[in-house]
Amino acid sequence: EDLRVDGRGCEDYRCAEVETDVVSNTSGSARVKLGHTDILVGVKAEMGTPKLEKPDEGYLEFFVDCSANATPEFEGRGGEELGTEIANTLYRIFSSESCVDLKSLCINPREHCWILYVDVLLLECGGNLFDAISIAVKAALFNTRIPKVRVLEDEEGSKEIELSDDPYDCIRLNVDEVPCIVTLSKIGYRHVVDATLQEEACSLASLLISVTSKGDLTCMKKVGKGSLDPESIFEMMETGKRVGKSLHTSLQKILDEEESLGTTRQKVGFLG
Amino acid sequence: RSLAPRYNGEVGDIVVGRITEKRWKVETNSRLDSVLLLSSMNLPGGELRRRSAEDELAMRDYLQEGDLISAEVQSVFSDGAVSLHTRSLKYGKLGQGVLVQVSPSLVKRQKTHFHDLPCGASVILGNNGFIWIYPTPEQKDEEAGGFTTNLEPVPLSDREVISRLRNCIVALVTQKLMLFDTSILYCYEASLPHQIKDILKPEVMEEIVLETRQRLLDLEG
Repeated sequence: EDLRVDGRGCEDYRCAEVETDVVSNTSGSARVKLGHTDILVGVKAEMGTPKLEKPDEGYLEFFVDCSANATPEFEGRGGEELGTEIANTLYRIFSSESCVDLKSLCINPREHCWILYVDVLLLECGGNLFDAISIAVKAALFNTRIPKVRVLEDEEGSKEIELSDDPYDCIRLNVDEVPCIVTLSKIGYRHVVDATLQEEACSLASLLISVTSKGDLTCMKKVGKGSLDPESIFEMMETGKRVGKSLHTSLQKILDEEESLGTTRQKVGFLG
Repeated sequence: RSLAPRYNGEVGDIVVGRITEKRWKVETNSRLDSVLLLSSMNLPGGELRRRSAEDELAMRDYLQEGDLISAEVQSVFSDGAVSLHTRSLKYGKLGQGVLVQVSPSLVKRQKTHFHDLPCGASVILGNNGFIWIYPTPEQKDEEAGGFTTNLEPVPLSDREVISRLRNCIVALVTQKLMLFDTSILYCYEASLPHQIKDILKPEVMEEIVLETRQRLLDLEG
């Protein structure tokens, strides 16, 4: 009958807050609060050597840190397993060619390229981690500003890299193709989007799908001890595509609104 | 008093707790687990019974780990652990409903903590901060203490009332208002123009709680 404990329907997300540019010494950052789940993502662009098999592309490195503040289970080294699982999922999703234009990250083929180190910090665990993390990563990549560099070649043939003097002269990433993760948790005979901690405890199996803004599925993963019927998997995929598309449109709207406020925007950050 | 402490038991308090392990330890949001002794429980029908091995087995069938019960504090040990009893017919295992966990200091001490709200649901305000919302049982003369757990599906209208109450309680707690039957009821009435899921939005929450606060002040004044 489409009524959950907190009054939401099966396809409703909780109230979400997204704020970008919260950490000043990163190339890009974003903070997402989805109910009680709090995620902080920072992106740092550094110069390095391209990978051997892809000499004319830059690449992304993901690192997930489950802070001990998030939940008592993360005390000490408890959060490492979850952190590596999330990082591996992010690698898988971003491994597809069309996500981010990696060729734009190249400076000198085979010699220099931009490496984007994406650090995800879990501040609080309130259910539905993957969705919140993917939203934060997309927002942080949207916010990332990579300085423009020029390659100067002098007479001996050695190359010098010159950074432009203007601090606002930078390249932005096109995040239109970056997918977002939608987690569908199966509870009883129905499935729900954006499960709270209590709902996750009742759910035996969940399906993680990554959806682009056009509604295309790029990646799928099943988690949980229970089993899923193939028919229900198909239904969940359809729901995920639908929900994912609307998630992308609302996220893009918020990011554009924030952008349009420009430098006069009052940052709430961590003190609000 | 600090805002988010653990619950300190006092004799005569009502608590809602969750059974954690054999020997009937009950989790009640206090520093130590509370204890529910076999001798403090009542049987179906409320008869007296003898303590024996079959008794203990029967109890194991009735209450399992993870179940929720409502009980009264019988005594407090010197280390702060609390001993519970369910000797009256109105206490016992809880059936279908919704649990909301709040800070114990926000629950007002009243004469009775079992309330049947006119909106169609009943609520138990545990002194330990565990609030239990459940659909008002039809027959009043059934064996309270819920020995027969009602597993029939709850109708949608009741579920909507319960969800709305749950969101109202969360709103009151976020705005640090004391929880008692009148405040919950006023908040429920103030929330009626909004959709249930909208109550948790910050703007709507502030508006509803402001209205509740106003009505409570009018009541006193």
